[in-house]
Amino acid sequence: MITRWLMNDRGGAVMLGVLLLAALVVPLANLGIGADSPLHVSTYTVTLLGKYLCYAVLALALDLVWGYCGVLSLGHGAFFALGGYAMGMYLMRQIGERGVYGNPLLPDFMVFLNWERLPWYWHGFDMFWFALVMVALAPGLLAFVFGWLAFRSRVTGVYLSIITQALTYALMLAFFRNEMGFGGNNGLTDFKDLLGFDLQADATRVSLFLASAALLAIAYVACRHITGSRLGRVVVAVRDAENRARFLGYRVENYKLWVFTFSAVLAGLAGALYVPQVGIINPSEFQPLNSIELVIWVAVGGRGTLWGAAAGAVLVNYAKTSFTAVLPEVWLFALGALFVLTTLLLPRGLAGLLRNRGEAR
Amino acid sequence: MTILKRITTAALGAALLTSLAPAQAADDTIKVGVLHSLSGTMAISETTLKDTMLMLIDEQNKKGGLLGKQLEAVVVDPASNWPLFAEKARELIAKDKVAAVFGCWTSVSRKSVLPVFEELDSLLFYPVQYEGEESSKNVFYTGAAPNQQAIPAVDYLMNELGVKRWVLAGTDYVYPRTTNKILEAYLKAKGVAADDIMINYTPFGHSDWQSIVADIKKFGSAGKKTAVVSTINGDANVPFYKELGNQGVSAEDIPVVAFSVGEEELSGIDTKPLIGHLAAWNYFMSVEDETNDAFIDAWHAFIKNDDRVTNDPMEAHYIGFNMWVEAVKKAGTTDAKAVQDAIIGVAVPNLSGGLATMMPNHHITKPVLIGEIQDDGQFVTVWSTAGTVVGDAWSDYLEGSKDIIADWRVPLACGNYNVKTGKCSGQNY
Amino acid sequence: MCTIFGTECAPFAGMGSRHAICSTLPMHGAATADFTLAGLVVLVVALLVASPAVRAGDDALAAALAGLDTRSFDAKARAVEAIAATRDPRAAGLLQALLDGRLMRAKADDRFVLADDADGGYAITDALSGAVLGTVGKRKLARLSINNALRTQLRGFIAEAALDNPDAATRRAAVEAMAGHLDGDSRAVLDRLRGSEPDARVRAALDTAIALYDLEQGDDDAQTAAIAVLRGSLDPVARGRLAAIAEDPEAPRALQAAASSALASIENRIATYEFLQMVFFGLSLGSVLVLAAIGLAITFGVMGVINMAHGELIMLGAYTTYVVQLAMPNHLGWSLAVAVPAAFLVAALVGIAIERGVIRFLYGRPLETLLATFGVSLVLQQAVRTIFSPLNRSVATPAWMSGSLELNSVLSLTYNRLYIMAFALIVFAALMAVLRYTRLGLEVRAVAQNRAMARAIGVRGARVDALTFGLGSGVAGVAGVALSQLTNVGPNLGQAYIVDSFMVVVFGGVGNLWGTLVAGLGLGVANKFLEPWAGAVMAKILVLVFIIVFIQKRPRGLFPQRGRAAES
Repeated sequence: MITRWLMNDRGGAVMLGVLLLAALVVPLANLGIGADSPLHVSTYTVTLLGKYLCYAVLALALDLVWGYCGVLSLGHGAFFALGGYAMGMYLMRQIGERGVYGNPLLPDFMVFLNWERLPWYWHGFDMFWFALVMVALAPGLLAFVFGWLAFRSRVTGVYLSIITQALTYALMLAFFRNEMGFGGNNGLTDFKDLLGFDLQADATRVSLFLASAALLAIAYVACRHITGSRLGRVVVAVRDAENRARFLGYRVENYKLWVFTFSAVLAGLAGALYVPQVGIINPSEFQPLNSIELVIWVAVGGRGTLWGAAAGAVLVNYAKTSFTAVLPEVWLFALGALFVLTTLLLPRGLAGLLRNRGEAR
Repeated sequence: MTILKRITTAALGAALLTSLAPAQAADDTIKVGVLHSLSGTMAISETTLKDTMLMLIDEQNKKGGLLGKQLEAVVVDPASNWPLFAEKARELIAKDKVAAVFGCWTSVSRKSVLPVFEELDSLLFYPVQYEGEESSKNVFYTGAAPNQQAIPAVDYLMNELGVKRWVLAGTDYVYPRTTNKILEAYLKAKGVAADDIMINYTPFGHSDWQSIVADIKKFGSAGKKTAVVSTINGDANVPFYKELGNQGVSAEDIPVVAFSVGEEELSGIDTKPLIGHLAAWNYFMSVEDETNDAFIDAWHAFIKNDDRVTNDPMEAHYIGFNMWVEAVKKAGTTDAKAVQDAIIGVAVPNLSGGLATMMPNHHITKPVLIGEIQDDGQFVTVWSTAGTVVGDAWSDYLEGSKDIIADWRVPLACGNYNVKTGKCSGQNY
Repeated sequence: MCTIFGTECAPFAGMGSRHAICSTLPMHGAATADFTLAGLVVLVVALLVASPAVRAGDDALAAALAGLDTRSFDAKARAVEAIAATRDPRAAGLLQALLDGRLMRAKADDRFVLADDADGGYAITDALSGAVLGTVGKRKLARLSINNALRTQLRGFIAEAALDNPDAATRRAAVEAMAGHLDGDSRAVLDRLRGSEPDARVRAALDTAIALYDLEQGDDDAQTAAIAVLRGSLDPVARGRLAAIAEDPEAPRALQAAASSALASIENRIATYEFLQMVFFGLSLGSVLVLAAIGLAITFGVMGVINMAHGELIMLGAYTTYVVQLAMPNHLGWSLAVAVPAAFLVAALVGIAIERGVIRFLYGRPLETLLATFGVSLVLQQAVRTIFSPLNRSVATPAWMSGSLELNSVLSLTYNRLYIMAFALIVFAALMAVLRYTRLGLEVRAVAQNRAMARAIGVRGARVDALTFGLGSGVAGVAGVALSQLTNVGPNLGQAYIVDSFMVVVFGGVGNLWGTLVAGLGLGVANKFLEPWAGAVMAKILVLVFIIVFIQKRPRGLFPQRGRAAES
């Protein structure tokens, strides 16, 4: 069955192929080939690629709700950041006595704020399995509650978009508060190790990269499976004509809720892998602008094509990385122009462009 | 299918190749990284520092470069995005192979890049006043620690102006939190009652100050001389001062002493209503000294605009850059390890007619100046320390850190050494 | 007090009055604010005793002035005393010039001059002779800097004659400055002035000042009388002294009770005024929100364009204000009047360009307008960074917008906020009028309700779209003029308001201008009432949570659009 839909999904097949290739080549080129060789892939590149892959998973998650379900979430960055914070809390607890103040239990910023005891919501995060559960549970639960309220009240269109934006904005302000116990503006940083592996070791970085690649592949297959299933068809029907689907007897809000929650969990997982690779999680991840940028990755890649969304995330971020280094003074012009031109000339994104060519032949 | 494949692989291939391509480390230049945000919220403050670095490097090259080689600036834009700071730092060190990096402004950006510098064992010169509580092997703090700014300012208010009631107003992040904590402990040690201290935190970019200024007015009307110690950050200052002016809070009634408002911030404000409010820094553009005049002239010539001002973080870069140059000369190499050893004890002139020395805790000596805002957006120095003050990485007024010292000379070689327990903790190398 | 300070008196020749001016010579060098007050009182005493004396010569003033040429503020303070002590008629003017920063020293000949801004430097006149000396470059003059202590001292000396000033407001200010620092002599002086004072408000100030003295120093009867006078006074000193009596266990029972009840009445009044102040703060914050959002209510609400560049259009308006002020530096008072239409035009033209260049290709795909306009916003931000530098620009506040309307010592309304509130209402009314009474307005509403039908009956859709977007953008630009008076004018100005603007429009109901008005003001007031209780950040979070919950209850905002258009 998998082979059948892979046959029908060239883009996806190529993407999975490239992922597999990268998963084989990058570790080898980083660990196996000496730094002097021109074929060596630097650790810098490995981390960068790992970061792109996390973004790709996030874009995939958004595409699932926006491209297939018609729910434009301007707050998906919040789920990503929540997953990141859950992982960050685990990593903070791993620091233990190696912190600046050497307190075995409390993270540095709590010692600094004169906190006597660990807040209740920090308990359990010293266990990896618990953190992992929270990585999925925190964003999932928030999405479930939020979606349950919003979809049942039939909040749609821009109203929904704006309240998702309000959600992430409120969370950003909340996490900025030092009293919240999440490190305030500085967030969580200075991580040492993950499951006992030194985060600064090349091997750990490569493993994280591989984990990101694996997550992307699994997420892709899962999304693909969902969109190809009966549920996926109903969801697309909801996107195209919500009322008609409702009149046909489908519980529209349940379908939406399910997809929205799944997407949030996916975003949380992406955040969890993102944090150990970039080494910091801070409230600015909740910024409404981040979530808007995320929408743009998906749009550039091609809304409604899963692999397109992932490719869009990688491409836009690659453009950002190189523009900020090559054209530090004017890179915003280039990025802005890229967005405008994509919208005008490639209404279905890069994926649309490729597909048109494919169909034309 | 084939076209599709070709395009995709080409795109990804190009991406990989560009990052794969080894940095062409030309042997005839020494690269210097400049890591300041040129876009986003921090661009307002940091762009000037980028220009300062370009000017300093340019001048050094005119003097014949360093170790017989020309210096080359590598400028990147971390775009006020904290994870991007770490990524760009790694890019500068690992890909561009810079000898040292000058950069960062906010504490969080420094915290974000710190592990990268420690992992790759490079050098960062950090030019902004900050909260202390840190001393890294790889970072040189050329801005003020709290004891080089906050405490002398409070002393001045207390002794010279007879201030009895204190408003500690700040933006809610780690620098104001720390500074206010230190000040609170300090004031209480000086016998100020808890009722006479009001602490207020606002979010970044706070723009509606009506209620808070009204509260300050109310707090200040209790009959005792009141002052505001402001650690309000950047953008939020303009609306704050505008509201102060409009609500009629004059410097004679309730003086505000700020630690984050310098000439550059003032150049964006109409300063008439602010005359007499104070700031504590280690440098003012108005300082009368020949090196300062020369620096200002060079800056005006470089930026091609005689109206541009100079400020304290610029002086910090001036000092930091010259220290690095001297240390490289002393070590005879740009190798980070050698420079780390050589730079301790290096003394270079500051812009106020004294010498700045790099101390073993990677902080430098600075004079403390208190200035009053004038109607032309400049400060006039109303008080200064007799000599220079040594930057203290670990505050004596904080419970957790008063027993901690930093000394990077052998044999101690530790940034976080507890003199009571004799343990060196929190190190990443 | 006279045991501390010696006094000398001379006729106040400059005013040709029979009164005498009196200066104080400190027995020891320290110059303090207390000294000034002391001088003030002595002056008042002397004013009434009027004795003839001689006018000081030029030499004395010149010598005293020379003392200002020092970097030590203590030395300057002594020089200022010496200047005042010369009893020279020009002294007050010179001290005023020193306070205003006009008194400078020519570096070439050490001559003291009065400098006024002029083309190419300063126009200078000799400080002593008043001879016009032409214009010199700014670097030829050394400023005589002063600090807060000096400023207080200078104001004291300058105000010395104020009790005798023909202007009632100045007299009142002088009395208020003295209140709380009286002694027996000065009380007597004020009491005498009270008899001849024609102005009712000055009399009230005199009464308060005297009562404050009596409350502390007088016998029981005087204290009781004073409490009666001070009942309802909002003076913070009065509150402090009443509280002291109310809590003083040794005070007579009746007195204590009177003080407590007076205090309670004061607290009541204060609570009322603070409530009013909070409403004012809320409305003013709300009017800023309305201004920021109202342009978006057109482009987003009426046209359905998710205009992420809205904030940057506001920013353009603010920068236009800056440019206008640069162009007319000598007419600051008028600059805003010019800036409003200019900002409207600039922002409207940019808006039309965005519409013609980008948005018109995207109608029917509202979410993609988000993408394109986000790109535009990045370009606009970087454009002002490139043109104007990334630094904040200084936009001056005209004199008529500075300061506050002080109703009493608790409630004062700042002028800039008052004007901005009025301005927001005017903009709103004008916009409503345009939409309701003009042909363009009619067409806009037609297109907004049903694009195809409007086109069918002959509305030129493209032109209307461009003009509508221009209108919305222009209004955003106008908002920028107002915001330039409140906050930073920099490349990030727009980003600070974009999220709030969307919240306001959506909360009010997309497509409904009244909704935007009510939502903006309502959220502003709610925010300000929550702030003292929850803090600035929590207040904002609570407001956001409230919006989220509210939208669940009313998924189409406060004032939902009805009919078919609402379904799309």
